[in-house]
Amino acid sequence: QQPAQFTNPETPGYVGFANLPNQVHRKSVKKGFEFTLMVVGESGLGKSTLINSLFLTDLYPERIIPGAADKIERTVQIEASTVEIEERGVKLRLTVVDTPGYGDAINCRDCFKTIISYIDEQFERYLHDESGLNRRHIIDNRVHCCFYFISPFGHGLKPLDVEFMKAIHNKVNIVPVIAKADTLSLKERERLKKRILDEIEEHGIKIYHLPDAESDEDEDFKEQTRLLKASIPFCVVGSNQLIEAKGKKVRGRLYPWGVVEVENPEHNDFLKLRTMLITHMQDLQEVTQDLHYENFRSERLKRGSRKIEDEEVNKDQILLEKEAEVR
Amino acid sequence: PYAGPVESKNEAAMSELVPEPRQKPVVPMKPMGINASLLGYIGIDTIIEQMRKKTMKTGFDFNIMVVGQSGLGKSTLVNTLFKSQVSRKSSGWNREEKIPKTVEIKAIGHVIEEGGVKMKLTVIDTPGFGDQINNENCWEPIEKYINEQYEKFLKEEVNIARKKRIPDTRVHCCLYFISPTGHSLRPLDLEFMKHLSKVVNIIPVIAKADTMTLEEKTEFKQRVRKELEVNGIEFYPQKEFDEDLEDKTENDKIRQESMPFAVVGSDKEYQVNGKRVLGRKTPWGIIEVENLNHCEFALLRDFVIRTHLQDLKEVTHNIHYETYRAKRLNGSGGLPPMTVKTEENHESNL
Repeated sequence: QQPAQFTNPETPGYVGFANLPNQVHRKSVKKGFEFTLMVVGESGLGKSTLINSLFLTDLYPERIIPGAADKIERTVQIEASTVEIEERGVKLRLTVVDTPGYGDAINCRDCFKTIISYIDEQFERYLHDESGLNRRHIIDNRVHCCFYFISPFGHGLKPLDVEFMKAIHNKVNIVPVIAKADTLSLKERERLKKRILDEIEEHGIKIYHLPDAESDEDEDFKEQTRLLKASIPFCVVGSNQLIEAKGKKVRGRLYPWGVVEVENPEHNDFLKLRTMLITHMQDLQEVTQDLHYENFRSERLKRGSRKIEDEEVNKDQILLEKEAEVR
Repeated sequence: PYAGPVESKNEAAMSELVPEPRQKPVVPMKPMGINASLLGYIGIDTIIEQMRKKTMKTGFDFNIMVVGQSGLGKSTLVNTLFKSQVSRKSSGWNREEKIPKTVEIKAIGHVIEEGGVKMKLTVIDTPGFGDQINNENCWEPIEKYINEQYEKFLKEEVNIARKKRIPDTRVHCCLYFISPTGHSLRPLDLEFMKHLSKVVNIIPVIAKADTMTLEEKTEFKQRVRKELEVNGIEFYPQKEFDEDLEDKTENDKIRQESMPFAVVGSDKEYQVNGKRVLGRKTPWGIIEVENLNHCEFALLRDFVIRTHLQDLKEVTHNIHYETYRAKRLNGSGGLPPMTVKTEENHESNL
């Protein structure tokens, strides 16, 4: 091959391959998107309410909240709910993986085993499908993002928070969220945010980093990205109740001393969280694919190796799996 | 606007195409929630815009192969298609050079840019095809080259530490040039297309179409279409890969009326009615390449580049490459004929 680089075609005229992004667009709209979001945090931190608020839906219609006595022996459950959301012709198949029981038991030592197994299982399943013979319709159930809910009542991260995040930060994108932010004044919020960021750094926890805006993006987008990055961890309030405030109906929480508006950027970071999630949905998927999944895959393949030669190893592995499939 | 659970059409289609049963989810899934009417705007449609921006930035690869006898205007046509000097003709090839004794595969790469989109275009030329006295099996080096690119991709894909973006050298599109005899296809044309339509997207074109009148062209096209059908040759866009009704309607029209495109190529410009146009000057008039009344070049260009570029790549990746991969992983390993070996393997597994 003799690659040469020149940009301007000799004959002035339009070829038309600049239309390719439109072709990709058309196919993407037809296909729709899949996204899996995991939510982890103690009971009562407002996780379900927040998810419902984020996606303007009711993911938990038949919910029964167990009493304390029931929770003593409870282990962590994994509950996945899928909903299809369509907006302006674009379909999103959203799966929310809830983890009720996390942090409830008196002894939480085994709290995260179930969760880590679940994440690994999805990777394992994807690896299996990817190595299979029929790959046309692989379903991606891998967890693309994990909202970790931190209690606003403490002074920062709890030991459980630290241990859990360290256990999963190499497997999933962690987005820390301070819940029930309406219990904090603005000053208290800033203090808590800073404290949490310091502790995250101190313990070497790797949370999801928003990529910097590219140089050719417009100023608004760049500013938005700067603002988002500066606000992490997000302090959020969730609500699905419509309250009358200043002459219009808003979603919020009614207190005797005033109304906390969910979608008011001066009251909390809810809109920022939603914006971040939507504008970075694709990046979250990519980091999951290119970093977390590839790490899992290379570890897995190395572990399953019998011979030293890499390629022989993979073909053997694949052949054995193939035989199992055929059988 | 109400957005209820949308039963994905794809799922229904999936159960037809995928014979193996889908694994039950390990985790108990709650039934699909019914959306309350969306009270506001979430912004999901902006994801599409993000993807579009990303496609523009990343750029893309496109590999096009041209096959046909010497002198049918292949190199000129490719230059016309991409309005650039991208073919063999322009990179040091001498017209006086002797025709090679065997089929050679020459791949030439260029990076061209338009409207902010970068394309890494590779033109694969096949000088020597069909030019010998004995042309038996002259498609074999071509088939071998195509399979080698699949092999390269497969090797990278199964690597433990694999690249984020695997370089794509697979042939996305093969333009096959039919000589404008006006009679019918030649035996070599049939043999080539029979073998290769199973491994690559073939788009047959009638070359040097300025040697036929309109009536001759219509008749010839009909005859060629009939011959291709009778011989079971599935050229691109293949019927079985139409994804939905919209595609099928669009593609049916192309398959049954427009293809094979009767084209004329040129990289020379002339003045016609005050405009500069690409064309061929003859004593009896100027043939304008991009004039639909003169030839179907514009249709070919729109088809390959403006509407079906992405689909050509997807069919190559999702169908042809997967077929190759499945054959390889079944352990048969070698190049065709593969049927015998596959059957043996099956029996031993049972």
